[in-house]
Amino acid sequence: MAYKLNVNGKVLEADVEPDTPLLWTLRDTLGITGPKFGCGVAQCGACTVHIDGKATRSCVFPVSAVGAAQVTTIEAMENHPIGKKVQAAWMELDVAQCGYCQPGQIMAATALLAKTPKPTDADIDQAMTNICRCATYTRIRAAIKKASGQAVKA
Amino acid sequence: MTLELTGASRRDLLKASVVSGGLVLSFSIAPKAEAAETAGSQALNAYVRIAPNGLVTIMAKNPEIGQGVKTSLPMMIAEELDVAWENVRIEQADNDPKLFSRQFAGGSLATPMNWDDLRRVGAVARAMLVNAAATAWNCPAGECKTADGHVIHVSTGRKTPYGVLAGQCAGVAAPDPKTVPLKNPKDYKIIGKPKPQYDTKKIVTGAPLFGIDVRLPGMLYATYEKAPVFGAKVASADVDAAKAVKGVKKVFVVDGGTDLSGLLPGVAVVADSWWQAKKGRTALKTKWADHPTAKQNSALFDETAKKLAAGPAQKTLRKDGDPDAAVAGEAKKVEAAYFYPFLAHAPLEPQNTTAWFKDGKLEIWAPSQNPEPGRQLVAKTLGMKPDDITVHMTRCGGGFGRRLSNDYMVEAAWIARETGAPVKLLWSREDDMHHDFYRPAGYHFFSGGVDAKGNVVAWKDHFVTFGQGDQTSSSANIGPTEFPSRFVANFQLDQSTMPLGVPTGPMRAPGSNGIAFAMQSYIDELAHAAGADPLAFRKQLLGDKPMVGEGAGAYNAGRMQGVLAAVEKMSNWKDRAKLPAGTGMGVAFHFSHAGYFAEVVQATVNKATGAVKVDKVWLAADVGRQIVNPLGAMNQVQGAAIEGLSHALYQKITIVDGAAKQSNFGDYPLLRMAAAPPVEVQFVTTDYPPTGLGEPALPPVLPALTNAIFAATGKRIRSLPIDPSQLKA
Ligand code: FES
Ligand code: FES
Repeated sequence: MAYKLNVNGKVLEADVEPDTPLLWTLRDTLGITGPKFGCGVAQCGACTVHIDGKATRSCVFPVSAVGAAQVTTIEAMENHPIGKKVQAAWMELDVAQCGYCQPGQIMAATALLAKTPKPTDADIDQAMTNICRCATYTRIRAAIKKASGQAVKA
Repeated sequence: MTLELTGASRRDLLKASVVSGGLVLSFSIAPKAEAAETAGSQALNAYVRIAPNGLVTIMAKNPEIGQGVKTSLPMMIAEELDVAWENVRIEQADNDPKLFSRQFAGGSLATPMNWDDLRRVGAVARAMLVNAAATAWNCPAGECKTADGHVIHVSTGRKTPYGVLAGQCAGVAAPDPKTVPLKNPKDYKIIGKPKPQYDTKKIVTGAPLFGIDVRLPGMLYATYEKAPVFGAKVASADVDAAKAVKGVKKVFVVDGGTDLSGLLPGVAVVADSWWQAKKGRTALKTKWADHPTAKQNSALFDETAKKLAAGPAQKTLRKDGDPDAAVAGEAKKVEAAYFYPFLAHAPLEPQNTTAWFKDGKLEIWAPSQNPEPGRQLVAKTLGMKPDDITVHMTRCGGGFGRRLSNDYMVEAAWIARETGAPVKLLWSREDDMHHDFYRPAGYHFFSGGVDAKGNVVAWKDHFVTFGQGDQTSSSANIGPTEFPSRFVANFQLDQSTMPLGVPTGPMRAPGSNGIAFAMQSYIDELAHAAGADPLAFRKQLLGDKPMVGEGAGAYNAGRMQGVLAAVEKMSNWKDRAKLPAGTGMGVAFHFSHAGYFAEVVQATVNKATGAVKVDKVWLAADVGRQIVNPLGAMNQVQGAAIEGLSHALYQKITIVDGAAKQSNFGDYPLLRMAAAPPVEVQFVTTDYPPTGLGEPALPPVLPALTNAIFAATGKRIRSLPIDPSQLKA
């Protein structure tokens, strides 16, 4: 079935079966490989994208459920007022180790800051449930604080 | 959206080599593919190219798995080349042992193995540029110095940029790497300075970097189904049902072999997209032939281990003095049995490889920690010449030792040749968890004793592990010099093995990641029996002789005392009695990968639920005189400590009927943000050559945590992962 999807401000067409997760539609059909595959069962968050601004695990989100919603991926974060601050903080603190989880982490952090501009540690604990297998949590926390203009202890 | 495919062209370069000691310096001339900004670059050797505008391209020789070598190894070259880091561009090398010798990620060896050679690579190139300038100025090279990518004539102040000089180095003989002068470390401008990872911008913008991101024209996607019981053959599969699924292009059974690290039997499904391949695979309803490993179970291993421990050991690995006689006297006797489980590596990027078989040649893009053995495996399995196979190294979404095995590479190569099109094979998370080379489980049965003065008078460890007779399974061994060997006069290390049909392999700090838990917990038990402060007890055990043993078994007790003293201070250990009830501090140390690490954990145990909260970790590390990249080093050490906590708190693979029971992060949980404590790190510098940091921070954190739990609750954790139900008050 041909779907018209709003992805990163463009209308893109994807001819896939209705049960195809958005993740595979983005990665394999549309060539948007920023969202990563880590588990396929909504456990790890590597595949996080924004659907109408809400952090969503795209590996379990069927393409047929997207409809007219705006899908935003890591590739568009440079143009996102909060996303670009988050990316800058990530670069400045050199958060990544392998980096594989980080697109998903940045998407989750951006969604958090959009809702809660000055998150507390408890807010971060609650919102940031993505797995980082390399365990860069200390720096993820610090980068979120930095991006939100709060004091950072490294 | 595709990875740059520039790698292959480097094979066509003209090459000449200078060999000096262990360092092979190959000279590549006239590269074909340059990025626009480095157009017209001149190669000075296999690692260094300089463009007329002064931009320097440095090759990153080793696989990047998150340990930071794509940045830290080029830093060594750039330092001695004497260029500004901003002007350095880093390019990932292909697997090419002729140009780059051993290219692998393992053993925390990238720094120690390359520290000398790569600095010399930079220094040789610098000397060539100096010679070129001196020739042009008609003066001795000794009158010139370099700074910031320029050669300067000291007395006249004349100055020429490297970009201008590089062209004059073509075909010029390189000086001897062995005698080329190296910088005084006090003049370092790059080494020892915090440098963000070179790829950081690409990472945060989601640029295609990883194996899973490779896309080729006309590429198809594959899944490969193997038996849950390792090595079982395909009995039946509904190939036609799978072929009927929309998008599925090809379905075939692969006979495979019996080598568990090679190509195993299975069914390949190739489709237009991975999702379609996965749906096709579900339709296969594969049945598997019987296999003897199906009789193996974790519960059975536990029982067998106990039986083996009760009998005479199969082998004594070391015996000093007479431990049995020594505990017979006044000593307080302590017996304890310790267990740690199988673990899966679970790097976040599932295993994958893209392969393209064309005109009798094979091109491979793989996230591998060990690409050359992968190439050899592919050559052997497919009956090809290694020279007809090119392996491009992609960034790896984690490694942890899993990608030292290239099973997924050979599967992709086979499937691609059968398919006749470029194919990306991608495993599911379930595939990854069911087909790992697991960290082997281990059993330690201790007996020993302490005297009234806090001396360990006897130490006996019957280590029950996996293997066939003396031959232990991969990473299931223990060394006769493992601490406290040689620190206790009456010491015995015994070993017995039981057979295992489940593949095992190295996982971050192999051996150490389980052994440290057992040893340092048992030391804590002895300290407790002696009524001693566990940290002071350890100092006493280490004693006042700085060096014990020599060669590979050398143990520098002085360096361990140094990190122990540091962590004592950092954690304010002496005031731990002031901690509230239910909160405790534990300490542990471990030597591995040439690094000395001591760690203190503070943990709080919830009385009602038994839930453990790690409040903080303090960590003191001694890896010699020079940290190459402090920013990366800190990240490695903090990550390793938190990973170790995750092992202790959550992780376990259970073998049921010859197969791994756990399948995804739901039943194999990893530590997440809410449980991640702050990790305070201090690097203690000592005048020894720099050694690696990827691994040695991990092992001590587990016993430091379980010892903290003992301090908090009086309950001793002797089996991992920690079971909160046992900690309820
Ligand atoms: S891949 Fe979607 S949550 Fe893990
Ligand atoms: S940086 Fe490797 S998984 Fe997060």
